[in-house]
Amino acid sequence: MFDLPLIWSFLIATAILIYVILDGFDLGLGILFPFLETHEDRDTAMNSVAPVWDGNETWLILGGGGLFATFPLAYALLMPALYVPILAMLFGLIFRGVAFEFRWRDPAHRHFWDFAFTTGSITATFSQGIALGAFIQGVDVDGRAYAGGWWDWLTPFSMLTGLALIAGYALLGSTWLVMKTEGRLGEKAVRYARVTGVATVAFIAIISGATLSLDPRFMATWLSWPAILYTAPVPFAVALAGFMLWRFLSAKMDYRPFLTAIALFVLCFIGLGISLFPYIVPLEVTIWDAAAPDESLLFLLVGTAVLLPIILGYTAYAYWVFRGKMKPGEGYH
Amino acid sequence: MVDFLTAEILARAQFAFTVAFHIIFPAFTIGLASYLAVLEGLWLKTGNDNYLVAFRYWLKIFAVAFGMGVVSGLVMSYQFGTNWSVFSDKAGPVIGPLLGYEVLSAFFLEAGFLGIMLFGMERVGRRLHYVATLMVAFGTLFSAFWILSVNSWMQTPTGYAFNEVGQFVPIDWWAVVFNPSFPYRLVHMVLAAYLTTAFVVGGVGAWHLLKDKTNKPARIMFSMALWMAAFVAPIQIFAGDLHGLNTLEHQPRKVAAMEGHYETGTRVPLILFGWPDDDAEKTKYALEIPGMASLILKHDIDGEIQGLKDWPKDERPPTAIVFWAFRIMVAIGFLMVGLGVWSLCARFIGSLYDQVLLKKAAVVMGPMGFVAVLAGWVVTEVGRQPYTVYGLLKTADSLSPIAAPAVATSLAVFAVVYFVVFGAGTLYILKLMARTPDNASSGPESGKPQRAAGTTPIAAYDTEKQETKNV
Repeated sequence: MFDLPLIWSFLIATAILIYVILDGFDLGLGILFPFLETHEDRDTAMNSVAPVWDGNETWLILGGGGLFATFPLAYALLMPALYVPILAMLFGLIFRGVAFEFRWRDPAHRHFWDFAFTTGSITATFSQGIALGAFIQGVDVDGRAYAGGWWDWLTPFSMLTGLALIAGYALLGSTWLVMKTEGRLGEKAVRYARVTGVATVAFIAIISGATLSLDPRFMATWLSWPAILYTAPVPFAVALAGFMLWRFLSAKMDYRPFLTAIALFVLCFIGLGISLFPYIVPLEVTIWDAAAPDESLLFLLVGTAVLLPIILGYTAYAYWVFRGKMKPGEGYH
Repeated sequence: MVDFLTAEILARAQFAFTVAFHIIFPAFTIGLASYLAVLEGLWLKTGNDNYLVAFRYWLKIFAVAFGMGVVSGLVMSYQFGTNWSVFSDKAGPVIGPLLGYEVLSAFFLEAGFLGIMLFGMERVGRRLHYVATLMVAFGTLFSAFWILSVNSWMQTPTGYAFNEVGQFVPIDWWAVVFNPSFPYRLVHMVLAAYLTTAFVVGGVGAWHLLKDKTNKPARIMFSMALWMAAFVAPIQIFAGDLHGLNTLEHQPRKVAAMEGHYETGTRVPLILFGWPDDDAEKTKYALEIPGMASLILKHDIDGEIQGLKDWPKDERPPTAIVFWAFRIMVAIGFLMVGLGVWSLCARFIGSLYDQVLLKKAAVVMGPMGFVAVLAGWVVTEVGRQPYTVYGLLKTADSLSPIAAPAVATSLAVFAVVYFVVFGAGTLYILKLMARTPDNASSGPESGKPQRAAGTTPIAAYDTEKQETKNV
């Protein structure tokens, strides 16, 4: 028989990774919004994601809903532990989500909705980063319940991951703009991509080091012989991706910087997977302890096997329909 | 006083508040998505541009309402974990996969095709655009299917066993998904969504007809909505009655609260109005029709009906809320039927668009569907108390180990944020509804980049091209 919890941990991680990449670039635009000074640039940036952001955010529902469905114990332990960041994220997402509609419907208050879009995006990103950090550093567990307080997530490490994610999403957002726009806005985007690219790679290095010092088991996973043979290529790949990003930006490439930024995120995810496997609540609960019964896992897997390829198909189609460069003032009509 | 504000009460208030806000939007968008598909279909079939004007008119409103539905729904999906983590751990293995199917079969479908529906006419052409509209409509219906399956399972759980750590474990998925109350609840809710939308559409149509009774698109809205009222509202009453009988079979406590009955007996009267008093265990100031409740519920005037006293006090729902919410829902249902019959008579004598009073009544009835949906939801959810999974898992035992101040703070922020955001959204929707549905006002405003996120008419369709083709 298949190891269903293992398959599902892989699927949930993939859903979250897809979410991070897809919503990452449209949240990144919100972070960059204050720097896009003119209304025209802001309109162009917003229009470049308007047809797809809804689908992007759906992966967050799949990540959360999937965790609930397949690892209910992990969901029940992590959500109360991350109570404040999760709610802050939701409030941020509410404001930025409706800003997509409202800033057009209500020109008189456009400044307010632009502000809401930026603040919402930054809040959501920072909260997600904090949640990630709080997750990696672990939560107090007693039996089948969360045993910590509601401020346990607040540590220097989680602040660091919060800031790192802001830099990372801003990098995705600016490389997206490099791909989707041209002219003055496109050139601006290249500059932002350089700054955020350097910041992102620096954050990756710092956080990797900090993670190793969190628990001796992380150190053992990465640095003991012969494991190091398998783990060492990851940091080298990160360095290479950072270098390629710089090169692509200098050479005025369109879509390669965006793909490279995505590669950085994928590498970080792989690194995270190496650190945490097989835990789903780090160093406390393994994926097999937290998994729902096989009946539940199998029931959902059957549908996922059929529906997920279809979803990927029409998602790709939607992106294909709206492919190509944006021009200032031009929409999709 | 402060003792009263326990984490449980606060978490319940938070869930009630956020879900009450949320339910408004799906109730509207389920109906509106289907309506848009019908309008676009009629336009493609007949080439009559008035259908297109109506389509574009409601498409903008749909975009705003859908956006608010998405963000308020996102909140719901995480609240299970934050405030109700014990429930999540215990019931997750059963309801989690159903919610997973909702995401996979419904949310992605809606979100994936929404962009094309709103912006893509120019890029994909009419046929594929219509496919996108249909996919969005199907998505809303699939969503209703799964979410009502989950809700119904929490009301009438079947197909499960318990494992050694106290979790519900599915043993028969067919029995879980198609649990005893599910078909009734699904039909009742989808019809409610269709009626809610119909009355909004009819109210807006009537509003514009009051100003100009020759407006063609407004006539289309008004007439279609009243056909809906005339035929679907009576069907809804019939479906509601069947749903009630099903509830009597599986959740007699809830029916006793709906009816305000404390004493078990035969020849039970139908209490039209009164004040159920849980402390005194009787319904005061009751206005009754003798034997009628037995007749309605058991189809036998001597039928025995259980009263609330059959259960211990701590296993009864709060009666007055359920009792009154039920009466509000039923009253609105009959008003809807009344308006439908009235419109049929008006149609028969050929004065559908002439009767000012009928139009005014339609305007007043416009928002009533929302009130009925909320009242119905209160009946079904408050009537399930004190359980989250009826008869098996108490609400008090479903809570997260989280401190009351945390829940209180988040509740306060929710209240402020929701009133700002959804208040603004409702205002924009009303503004859109105030615009006369004709080519000029629903067309693009010149000189501005009209590409709202999802609301540009020209993005959905280019009028000039169509007109040349029709000529």
